[in-house]
Amino acid sequence: MKRSTLFPWVLIFLGFLYFFVPLIGTLDFSLRLVKDQITLEAYKNVVTSARFQNTFTYSFIMALWTILAGTLLITPTAYWVHLKLPQLRPIIEFVTLLTYVVPAIILVFGIIRVYSRPPLSILESELGSDFLLVMGYVAMSLPAMYRSVDTGLRAIDVRTLTEAAQSLGAGWRTILLDVIFPNLRIALLSGAFITFAMVIGEFTIATFLARPAFGPYMANLGQTRPYESTALTIISLGLTWACIGMMQLLGRGAQGQIAGTR
Amino acid sequence: MQTTQTLPPVSARRARSVSFAWLGVVPFFLFAALFLILPSGILLVGAVQDKQGNLTLGNFAGMFKGVSLSLVATPSQANVLGLTFPLPFTVDFQSNSMINAYILSIQVSVVTALSGGILGFLLAYAAVLGGLPKFVRSALLTFSGVASYFSGVPLAFAFIATLGRLGFVTVLIRNYFGFDLYMTGFSVLSLVGLVLTYTYFQFPLMVLVITPALDGLKREWREASENLGASAFEYWRHVAFPIILPSLLGTMILLFGNSFGAVATAYALTGGNFQLATILIFRQIRGEVLQDPGLGYAVAVGMIVVMAISLALYYWLQRRSERWLRR
Repeated sequence: MKRSTLFPWVLIFLGFLYFFVPLIGTLDFSLRLVKDQITLEAYKNVVTSARFQNTFTYSFIMALWTILAGTLLITPTAYWVHLKLPQLRPIIEFVTLLTYVVPAIILVFGIIRVYSRPPLSILESELGSDFLLVMGYVAMSLPAMYRSVDTGLRAIDVRTLTEAAQSLGAGWRTILLDVIFPNLRIALLSGAFITFAMVIGEFTIATFLARPAFGPYMANLGQTRPYESTALTIISLGLTWACIGMMQLLGRGAQGQIAGTR
Repeated sequence: MQTTQTLPPVSARRARSVSFAWLGVVPFFLFAALFLILPSGILLVGAVQDKQGNLTLGNFAGMFKGVSLSLVATPSQANVLGLTFPLPFTVDFQSNSMINAYILSIQVSVVTALSGGILGFLLAYAAVLGGLPKFVRSALLTFSGVASYFSGVPLAFAFIATLGRLGFVTVLIRNYFGFDLYMTGFSVLSLVGLVLTYTYFQFPLMVLVITPALDGLKREWREASENLGASAFEYWRHVAFPIILPSLLGTMILLFGNSFGAVATAYALTGGNFQLATILIFRQIRGEVLQDPGLGYAVAVGMIVVMAISLALYYWLQRRSERWLRR
């Protein structure tokens, strides 16, 4: 039975309009710093500003730390649960769900409260604040990262690999670093890209931990420099898309879940 | 596992592997305890303490201070996000800033869960079951994957650049149709603008979740109902829709939570003008509102409770949808 495809086409057209018009609008707006002229001036202003370079570098480094910390925390855990403690799976799931139940604003509220007074007053030092920022980000990216690693582990025969390595005399360190990690390369990379996309422009946690990060800088710029901040939007969008594109190329997106920082 | 060694007695092996195995997950649970459970726990503790540190429920009671509700049997109108609906009764509702913040947050979240959910469902429906070429489906999924990450501050800027007073679309409409959007009372900084903006990060999630569910509708079910003489409408009404309804509702609940916890988008869009629950907490952390810290904790705990309820509902519906749609 052949049905008319007019209605579906109209729906898809409207959907794509909704998707693309804000992007085109933003791009157009960002090119109009000089009246009646298409110019890249706003981009030039942004990219050459020291504040941009500093905050972006800062957020970039924090994103790398987040990825490193998240990987080191989650991969061994997921591997171990897979191999030895499958009965812990629901509890791990519960923990990752906590990140959904506790939105970023609440999490940072609690973090400030816990870590700004004795005995754990590490918020007072710069290093301590950076550490808390990274931990907050790890918490935020936990579900995506865990799911990505878990999918990766399901795809390989963890038990056989482990037993093979053990019978060849490998210790746990060798098994993890030389056997499991390389086999999870793709899963870890895609987890890393999601994490990067989530963290690079994060606003809420960075604001309240008073970090010189990219997200707060962007929000700040928006109040005074509309064209530059729009150019910044395009730049950060491009970055996010590059990450997601890489992830989809790797073919293993942890999709269909709450993503990003609202 | 220990093929190259002589195996110890089973009982001894089990005892040993259990005691060591637990050590492997200690870092993870330590992390969860320090950076998830402790921070939320401390808010809960703060919420049930008064200023002297005594145990009290006064903070939660304080959230409802000045709130009263009564129904009178005379017709009136309800106002939801600027739209008016007739009501058969009059609600006499006195409220305070905290409860108002919750009400506004819940309204925005319900409306954007519905708008994003319906839009996402229609798009997925068109792409999966509309008889369109294959590339439409993969393009839709790709764009949705991307758009679900487009949120927060940049998204707010994108909508200001598009629908703001000097935005792309506003100017386009004014130049080509001689019609000023802002003369109609529209503003991207209003609630309608907020809903439009939120919907942008809401609908992709629905597309991504509901597409596999629509794939799971078996062709045989449709053929069977057609053989039994059902029209397309009857097939949807009695077969397809009841099957996907739980995952549709479940996803909308996720969208609700997604919007309820959002703060960066709203803050960047309106500069904190709208007193959403998250914005209230934002300002409370800055020390701008609610001079009482215990009250601030109570508001935060209230948000956790709302999120937890929505998640529980989600799980219940998820279980129901798995009955028919095994993924």
